[in-house]
Amino acid sequence: MRKEVVLAHNASWLFRVAPYLIFAGTWVAAALVPTFATGLMFSWSADLIAIIALLGTARFFLALAGMDIGTSFGGIGASREVMIATLAEPALLMIVFSLALLAGSTQLSTIAGYMLSSNVGLRVTLALSLFSLIMVAIAENARIPVDNPATHLELTMVHEAMVLEYSARHLAVIELASFLKLLLYVSLIACVFAPWGLAPVGAGAAAHLLGIATYAGKLAVAGVLLALFETAIAKMRVFRAPAFLGAAFMMGILGVLLLFVSRGGLR
Amino acid sequence: MTPLQILLAGAGALLGLAPAVVALGRSPGARALTYGGALTLCGLTGAVALLSLLGLASPTGDAVLPLGLPWVGARFHLDALSAAFLVVVNLGGAVASFYALGYGRHETEPQRVQPFYLAFLAGMNLVVLAADAFSFLIAWEVMSLASWALVVARHREAGNVRAGYVYLLMASFGALSLLLAFGLLAGPQGAYAFDAMRAHRAAGAVAALVLALAILGAGSKAGLVPLHVWLPLAHPAAPSHVSALMSGVMTKVAVYAFIRIVFDLAGPPDWWWSLPVLVLGGATTVMGVLQALMQQDLKRVLAFSTVENVGVVFIGLGLALAFRAAQLPAAAALSMTAALFHVFNHAAFKSLLFFGAGAVQEATGERDIERLGGLIQRMPQTALAFLGGSLAISALPPLNGFVSEWLTFQAILMSPRLEAWALKLLVPAVGALMALSAALAAACFVRVFGIVFLGRPRSAAAGGARETDLFCRTALLALAGICLVVGVLPGFVIDALAPAAEAAVGGRLPAQVSQPWLSIVPIAESRSSYNGILVLAFIAGSAGMCAAAIHQFASRQTRRGPAWDCGAPDPSPATQYTAASFAQPIRRVFATTLLAAREDVDMPQPGELRASRFQATIGDPIWRTLYAPIAWSVDLAAERLNRLQFLTIRLYLSLVFFALIGLLLVLALWT
Repeated sequence: MRKEVVLAHNASWLFRVAPYLIFAGTWVAAALVPTFATGLMFSWSADLIAIIALLGTARFFLALAGMDIGTSFGGIGASREVMIATLAEPALLMIVFSLALLAGSTQLSTIAGYMLSSNVGLRVTLALSLFSLIMVAIAENARIPVDNPATHLELTMVHEAMVLEYSARHLAVIELASFLKLLLYVSLIACVFAPWGLAPVGAGAAAHLLGIATYAGKLAVAGVLLALFETAIAKMRVFRAPAFLGAAFMMGILGVLLLFVSRGGLR
Repeated sequence: MTPLQILLAGAGALLGLAPAVVALGRSPGARALTYGGALTLCGLTGAVALLSLLGLASPTGDAVLPLGLPWVGARFHLDALSAAFLVVVNLGGAVASFYALGYGRHETEPQRVQPFYLAFLAGMNLVVLAADAFSFLIAWEVMSLASWALVVARHREAGNVRAGYVYLLMASFGALSLLLAFGLLAGPQGAYAFDAMRAHRAAGAVAALVLALAILGAGSKAGLVPLHVWLPLAHPAAPSHVSALMSGVMTKVAVYAFIRIVFDLAGPPDWWWSLPVLVLGGATTVMGVLQALMQQDLKRVLAFSTVENVGVVFIGLGLALAFRAAQLPAAAALSMTAALFHVFNHAAFKSLLFFGAGAVQEATGERDIERLGGLIQRMPQTALAFLGGSLAISALPPLNGFVSEWLTFQAILMSPRLEAWALKLLVPAVGALMALSAALAAACFVRVFGIVFLGRPRSAAAGGARETDLFCRTALLALAGICLVVGVLPGFVIDALAPAAEAAVGGRLPAQVSQPWLSIVPIAESRSSYNGILVLAFIAGSAGMCAAAIHQFASRQTRRGPAWDCGAPDPSPATQYTAASFAQPIRRVFATTLLAAREDVDMPQPGELRASRFQATIGDPIWRTLYAPIAWSVDLAAERLNRLQFLTIRLYLSLVFFALIGLLLVLALWT
């Protein structure tokens, strides 16, 4: 807690401001995702597209911070990060398109409400979107097999390479932001594809308590699954990641196309 | 005076200042007169146009001057659409003139720039006001030729003359296409006034031909792929304030020409009109931004990024055509508003970025980003403004670029209501292309800002840079302020653009300013809404609270030390990541097929003493497959025809004789 920050001699003001901006962007995005109840107070201030773009803003500053000192590690991290983002972001937008076309809205609360309602049914598009979203979540959160959050001093690292020059409170804030991002993705998957237990608008305290309990359960399940998955698989080469994310992108496009072609249920 | 008279007088005064500036020659007074006069006149006309767009001054007007074709006269007309574009033109013109008050001092041959600058501004104003084909084309040519003169103003620098040549060819081609389009619209009676064209609509094959010619004519000026080849050559060659006008404003005049011809004059669209527009728009966004990512020259990066943004505008226009043909006025208004909003936004942030590039070039003498770096230390205010422009052009909230792309995405999400199958398949694909290009644009501007302003200086010139002068800084920060304010309060812009969108597509969005908390709600709140001001407040609030809490309860000490770099820092700035290495992963993923990018590695065997080589090349498949064959056949034809120059008088006479016989035969057979 009391550690002092060691800044490189040529660190600019951007380097010192970036951690807080990264945290704030991620925090605002995460605050807009329903966790245990729909009908958030400020849900209308930004929709799902804006949430993705807010994460983009955070990433923009993270990549810039990586390049600020002028070390080759920072550059390699930033370069790989944006390469991964150029495929992950459109894939994510395609998933948003699928959900928005189904629910007739890009508001996350409305989408979650729609997924809770009984007229969803089983759809190929939803399955494609779920797979695609999980793949994107793995890549965006720098998890195995795309990146390894535990590694250092390895030419394969992405996220860690960017934050190599950070120390003390700055590093803490950035790491907090990256944990928050993981939480955001888990909540997003949970509220869209496993919305059971979400307290609807105007529900009583019991429903909210139930919502909190199920949310904790969902987080636990997601944590276990992530740990299982990471122990079972090895990290892939950096240039395999585009193929991995390209598949996610293609599944997203396919899902949207299927929705356009099948006319039923669109709003 | 009516607003239209003031606007015409302003354009006329700009044109009239040009000879006065020529008379003053190289004196500093000429500079003050040029840019001061342009600032005043653009500010005045922009303000009048804004007032009439907002409905505070009389929104329409007609004027006929006794010039031009004797039976038509030079007609001018002001409506909401022209007013919206006049605001863009004159805002860009005023800020560029203000910037040039400082920047123009560095010009070595100002007499080659200043008169043409004024004529260029006057031409763009008159194109937007013209209401008959003749004055439209004259103004269009004034705009083209003046900008050509500005491109070759520094004719001694390598490449500029070629850029001017390619630009002149493409501009002539575009003007020819527009001339033919107007000819078809006017019909055999020669009804060249726009009112007369509206009275009898083109139909069927003629309408299709008009659409094709409008795409060729306006698209070649706007930079639609594959007609964009001149743009990355010509825009960087001009002085920076002119580059900003060419990229930020002149491409928008071309967009205006497209809207005027296709939405207004050509009549109600068929559904398939949107197909070529959407396909070209989608291709343009991705090709433009990919090329931008591969460039080393700062201004070329920005020029290619203009190509991308023009693609985004055309996607909005294509959607507007599709929705209008399908009788969905609300969705058509949404798409049109998105396109017009992006026109405005791009004019703001692209001017800002070109001004920043100009400031960097004056401070360091470099446009090659591989020789820059660390400028955030030496040019902090320029860096701050450039950062704002980079965020805005990367479509990141809470700045303005995000809002217009968000509106376009919302328009794409309306498209299941379209009936045509081709559109059902095409629109999602275009949406995917646009999502891809937005992400690539962010990568592109991380690269530009990171290499130019962050890191360590890569050359002595970059290390000794000084902050730019007060005029330039003010212009930069003012534009950054516009980007922020428009981003957090987009409702006002949408409402201001509503009459222009209504003039083009016949529908309008619900009023936005009356929404609670100044949100924007294009269709219905349950469907989608966005509130820039709250997002900004949330970000600022949580960042501030986080920083305050940490400084209060944890530590606030800071120590400066050498960079860590995993314990092995290298003092040479050459060990930093370069722009080429930054783009290498993306080059390998996307550009191998699209841009024929290749990497050749020549690694000597162990024991061999020669140096190893690595060479990365990228090609332009469009140039190779489309333009190179045309250039080759023109050369071939010229060479063959060259022989005709050295014949005897008898042969010439017999040639004339046989040509006459042939023509008479044709005439005889025709009737």
